[in-house]
Amino acid sequence: MDKIFRVDMSALNCSVEPVPSDWAALGGRALTSAIVAKEVPPTCHALGENNKLVFAPGLLSGTTAVNSGRLSAGAKSPLTGTIKESNAGGTAAQVLARLGVKALIIEGIPKGDGWYGLHLNKEGVSIVEEKELIGKGNFAVIEALEKRLGKTGVLTIGPAGEMKMLSANISVRDIDGKLRSHGRGGLGAVMGSKRIKFIALDDAGAPALALADPAKFTAAARTFAKAIMNHPGTGQGLPTYGTAEMVNIVNAAGGLPTRNFLHGRYEHNEKISGETLRETIIERGGNPSHGCQSGCVIKCSQVFLDKKGKYVTSGMEYETIEILGANAMIGDLDVIAEADHLMDDIGVDSIETSVAIGVAMEGGVLPFGDGQGVLRLLREELRAGTPLGRAIGSGAAGVGKLYGVTRVPVVKNQAIPAYDPRAIKGIGITYATSTMGADHTAGYAVATNLMGVGGGVVDPQKKDGQVELSRHLQIATVMLDSMGLCLFIGFPAADDPSCVPAVVDMLNARFGLELTPEWFGGLGVTTLKTERAFNVAAGFGREHDRLPEFFREPLSPSGAVWDFTGEEIDQFWNF
Amino acid sequence: MIEVTVHLLATFRNDRFKTELQQLAEGTTVGSLVSAFAIPEQEVGMALVNGRHAPMAHPLNHGDVLHLAPWIAGG
Repeated sequence: MDKIFRVDMSALNCSVEPVPSDWAALGGRALTSAIVAKEVPPTCHALGENNKLVFAPGLLSGTTAVNSGRLSAGAKSPLTGTIKESNAGGTAAQVLARLGVKALIIEGIPKGDGWYGLHLNKEGVSIVEEKELIGKGNFAVIEALEKRLGKTGVLTIGPAGEMKMLSANISVRDIDGKLRSHGRGGLGAVMGSKRIKFIALDDAGAPALALADPAKFTAAARTFAKAIMNHPGTGQGLPTYGTAEMVNIVNAAGGLPTRNFLHGRYEHNEKISGETLRETIIERGGNPSHGCQSGCVIKCSQVFLDKKGKYVTSGMEYETIEILGANAMIGDLDVIAEADHLMDDIGVDSIETSVAIGVAMEGGVLPFGDGQGVLRLLREELRAGTPLGRAIGSGAAGVGKLYGVTRVPVVKNQAIPAYDPRAIKGIGITYATSTMGADHTAGYAVATNLMGVGGGVVDPQKKDGQVELSRHLQIATVMLDSMGLCLFIGFPAADDPSCVPAVVDMLNARFGLELTPEWFGGLGVTTLKTERAFNVAAGFGREHDRLPEFFREPLSPSGAVWDFTGEEIDQFWNF
Repeated sequence: MIEVTVHLLATFRNDRFKTELQQLAEGTTVGSLVSAFAIPEQEVGMALVNGRHAPMAHPLNHGDVLHLAPWIAGG
């Protein structure tokens, strides 16, 4: 039976509890948000002793269902002040599920200056003092723990998390000993505030995951995998070009943020496109199609090598490539890859940090296009935690305030990623209303706005239908985030009528339940309302569901403007 | 004759081209150009004329910029 594992860092003790009945049918985001809403005072300081850091694997994690290995991390975010769920691939969710961990709740703050690691295995969870790895980058932590403990699952923070920077992330070891990240919202700072450098997860000797109806599960899992492979988005586009396939698409639609969101097109788009990325990787002998978790059939990740054939980074996403490439105008995949590696190692969100760099460029800290300057900033300032490094590490909003910049693309203090909401309005509604602050993954309207996923194009430059689209997607995304499923399952789920019933069948066969697809809708609604209630109690109102003023200015070359009224945006919550 | 700049994205550029200025007969539509490239219409995921979605029957005008992409869902 799954259990709740609780670690009290104030008392330095651990306990294992039965799962309360109202959490039994929850997993992933639905569970982390339910726990944070129940146990964390909304007005607490996110880096204080009353905040809690919660990890929960998805309900299908640990099974043979493909693409089911996303791990949710939740807390009150120090960046946004809202509730936060950030999920990542890697190996941790599968290991936690096999260890019978419904959720890991870390609370309190230890006295003194010591640092700790957590060991979680079939014997339970224990706290150990850590000295050797303090100050080390994430790659060194992974390497050292592999020598010390073998190839275990690892959750780790880099120097940024130790320094409690608002953009600090939590990294997850992947199957190749590289990294995936719980990127958004500064959860690495929460882990750092609890003085935990790493969590090592070892499922050796754990019993096989029990299935209520193995035959039914296998049949449904096969249908599910087929739906993913049959969809052109997940079966062809993403495996071929990775998420960077969006560079040329978004540029064509005039929504590619360029020069700190001044323009919607970038003249050197081909230099940073998915097509060029693929050619470059193949030419150098890298891997253009690599999975972030075992059992992934989409493989949108990649392994990028330098000109000499040496490993630089993997899992370089469209958002990072676009924001550094076009928005900071670096236009050079080699520099972007090196920056991606540095951000992973230091342990910062590559979206927040890259947008912060664009704002810093506007503020005169360094010129637009200065790739070497960006690498120096990361290596010498951010990693060392100099005052400038801490400014960048505080995120885009912090940099904007420090340098007097008025074009600061954030909602609820969280950076807007690589889609300009003036030219792609559906994603603008998601940025405005998400309980997480600006987050494209909360309701990825881009796919419907540009490519007609889910039944046809909703014109990206018109207001019609955008609020309903974002609402529908945000509710549906909770389902993916709670099952441990990759966000991209949303595409076959929207277009292939066999997909969602297969997910329900797998869930029923795993737990011996009799849920219907409608149950997912209810889970989405309940979770969003729970998160919203937390935010309201934390001091957020409708006036915070707004985009920055500068989006009222026309975007060149299309002339598109953000023209939603507050009242129109507020219709989002009518459900 | 009219001149139209054509950008082919993703797999559409394989064995074709990335960008070309094409001389076309007046009245050429998005769909007739797609046929001329031997691309089955149902494989077109996104057709943008001057950055806005256009149906296959949309007639092209002198100076237009056309982007054609296969079904790509996002990143």
